[in-house]
Amino acid sequence: MTVDELEQIAETEKESCRKCPNHLHVCVAAGCISSQSQQVKEALEAEIKAKGLEGQCHVKGVGCMGLCAAGPLVSLPAKNVMYQGVKPQDAADIIDGVKADKPVKRLDCPTDVPFFTRQKKIVLENCGAIDPERIEEYIAADGYAALHKALTGMTRPEVIEQVSRSGLRGRGGAGFPTGLKWSMVAKANAPTKYVICNADEGDPGAFMDRSVLESDPHRVLEGMAIAAYAIGASYGYIYVRSEYPLAVQRLKVAIRQADKIGLLGNNIFGTPFSFKIDIRLGAGAFVCGEETALIASIAGQRGQPRPRPPFPAESGLWGAPTLINNVETFANIAPILRNGGNWYAGIGTEKSKGTKTFALAGKVNNTGLIEIPMGITLREIIFDIGGGIPDGKKFKAVQTGGPSGGCIPEQFLDMPVDYDSLAKVGSIMGSGGMIIMDETSSMVDVARFFMEFCMSESCGKCVPCRAGTVQMHDLLKKIIARKATQRDVQLLEELCDMVKSTSLCGLGQTAPNPVLSTMRYFRKEYADLLQPDDSTAEPVAAGAKETVP
Amino acid sequence: MSVSTAVVTLKIDGKDVGGRADETILDVCKENKIHIPTLCFLEGLSGWGACRLCLVEIKGINKLLPACVTKVTEGMEVTTNSPRLAKYRRTIVQLLFSERNHVCSVCVSNGHCELQDLAVEMEITHIDIPYRYPKLPFDSSNDLFRLDHNRCVLCTRCVRVCEEIEGAHTWDIAGRGVESRVIIDLDQPWADSQSCTGCGKCVRLCPTGALTRKGTGVAEMEKDDDFLPYLTQMRERQS
Repeated sequence: MTVDELEQIAETEKESCRKCPNHLHVCVAAGCISSQSQQVKEALEAEIKAKGLEGQCHVKGVGCMGLCAAGPLVSLPAKNVMYQGVKPQDAADIIDGVKADKPVKRLDCPTDVPFFTRQKKIVLENCGAIDPERIEEYIAADGYAALHKALTGMTRPEVIEQVSRSGLRGRGGAGFPTGLKWSMVAKANAPTKYVICNADEGDPGAFMDRSVLESDPHRVLEGMAIAAYAIGASYGYIYVRSEYPLAVQRLKVAIRQADKIGLLGNNIFGTPFSFKIDIRLGAGAFVCGEETALIASIAGQRGQPRPRPPFPAESGLWGAPTLINNVETFANIAPILRNGGNWYAGIGTEKSKGTKTFALAGKVNNTGLIEIPMGITLREIIFDIGGGIPDGKKFKAVQTGGPSGGCIPEQFLDMPVDYDSLAKVGSIMGSGGMIIMDETSSMVDVARFFMEFCMSESCGKCVPCRAGTVQMHDLLKKIIARKATQRDVQLLEELCDMVKSTSLCGLGQTAPNPVLSTMRYFRKEYADLLQPDDSTAEPVAAGAKETVP
Repeated sequence: MSVSTAVVTLKIDGKDVGGRADETILDVCKENKIHIPTLCFLEGLSGWGACRLCLVEIKGINKLLPACVTKVTEGMEVTTNSPRLAKYRRTIVQLLFSERNHVCSVCVSNGHCELQDLAVEMEITHIDIPYRYPKLPFDSSNDLFRLDHNRCVLCTRCVRVCEEIEGAHTWDIAGRGVESRVIIDLDQPWADSQSCTGCGKCVRLCPTGALTRKGTGVAEMEKDDDFLPYLTQMRERQS
């Protein structure tokens, strides 16, 4: 593969695209497929054939368009039209509409609303625009240009310099500076190094990584290849959970295509750099998203974390220095190299640069996948982009960061979304799951749900997480059953503190967060469920005051 | 051991001590007669870092780190005991007691049990945490040994000694979270095990009454302390 060949592929693809005046994009990511978008696509194709419009109208499956709540989505980018809730029987009307150049009113999904206009797409720039199963389309959208630029025009330190300058922080949730991580692994002196992409997205309600893999898998491969070049690795693994069969299948297709035309494999772009990628499937353990457990799992061992240090950057997969980043982090790399680190650093806030994808779920009108610049407020996300709470209900809290995060109440809605602000109110950025709750949600039950999740996902290695989460879960159940007293709440708080401070890995260390944050902001809900103490302890009402930092 | 290992000085509980860079905090503490409670740790086996009893505070690091696997570094300032650490250690021991059915009075290891010793050391007279009373099985199929899941604390000493010293890898862990338990081969009765050599190392190292010799009554199961340093010697001669 040479750069000329790459340009040739892009040109051929663009040319064939120009030949056909009307492209109908049908979302074939998991969300829309589950509401029968595949059948919609087939119906549209059949309709075109029946009407003899093959030359003028072309249907293609594309990745996630974002507004999953209104799926299946069909769009006509040339006319700037989007259709929502399309059924196979709507195919005739849509094709007639294309033919007569008259959009179908009853299916219209307005695209000038905040949900579309307020987003800034970098990671998701190709989602909903290209066919995820064709490498030619990715190449036509500037794909693999960044890899070419890095391999032929930049030294390894220069690549890392650009990533550092971009201010990109790990999108898996902890927010470790990506450039720093890369430079650490690059510095490690070892003959073999590995690159691992963590696609073991397990937070309840989160589907960002899934959408990226299903909609634009080549972007992740390109990011990994650039990382491998920068740190001096020649082998990479994608650890993806087997609950994402579509993502796995599209990754396999993407790897095969890239292998075939020489964008992965030996001597990429005629340089000495070689890079191969393999897929490893997770077997449904949440803890395998923790990097040391993930590495153990790839090595064929029981998925259990081990104490750090040594960190994987020093001793990771089979003892070799290992770079491990999340899907979204790798997806940001190609645009950063294409446009420069300074461009990326110009987006977002001072300490949190760039954009972040979020999966909006729960009690919100526009359930779906969004990408926003860091620093916009929660209110903008939930009420402008998310379209507010359905059925005229009142907003109560938003849960970010999954089982490791916390619930953020109404008074912080105007807080900017960045790593530090979220940490300050007792939550975390997390990987990007955002669950919105309305006034009907019981916060104690929410805490219990997440504790149950942590309890059943605990690997059982360290005592605090294994025996502590189950005790905390029992206490929460007791509170909900209205059998608990102030003493139980006290014990719960003690256990929270202890499990947080003493657990071995991130799962246990953050497991108490949903309890702690709901106790902090919704103390009254706990107090209302308590029984009076039989001893001389102070009455319940005294402990019921709400504490606000 | 490499020929040239850096020698470092550090402070443990305010006392200046020296150590080799390949030693753990616990190694150096033992040399200097500084006591740190441990349970899953066993000299001669690989570090596990799971019981969390040996957690120590290190100046400049906001997380508590396990002394058994954390290597010493130059200028490190370690605190091995503080009210906070003592409180956490007490809770961990209480959690272990609450997790399964540890009834000392009827246990064959009564008086020779490391979990019991920890409770005595920390002056734990009663458990504040609700007992879970799980229903757990018991395996006495083997002619020589018994496995009682009720007393197991999942320290994995048996798993490690079997893999690392005996080389049989009969033991492993199945299940996860609170459902975890030690298993033999592919979760078979001990008597049916194809890999078990019957060496009994696991029984001699088990800190509690989970693995015991058959034919022992209450308080009669004494563990084999003399055997422990021998393990280290065997390993060093190997390498």
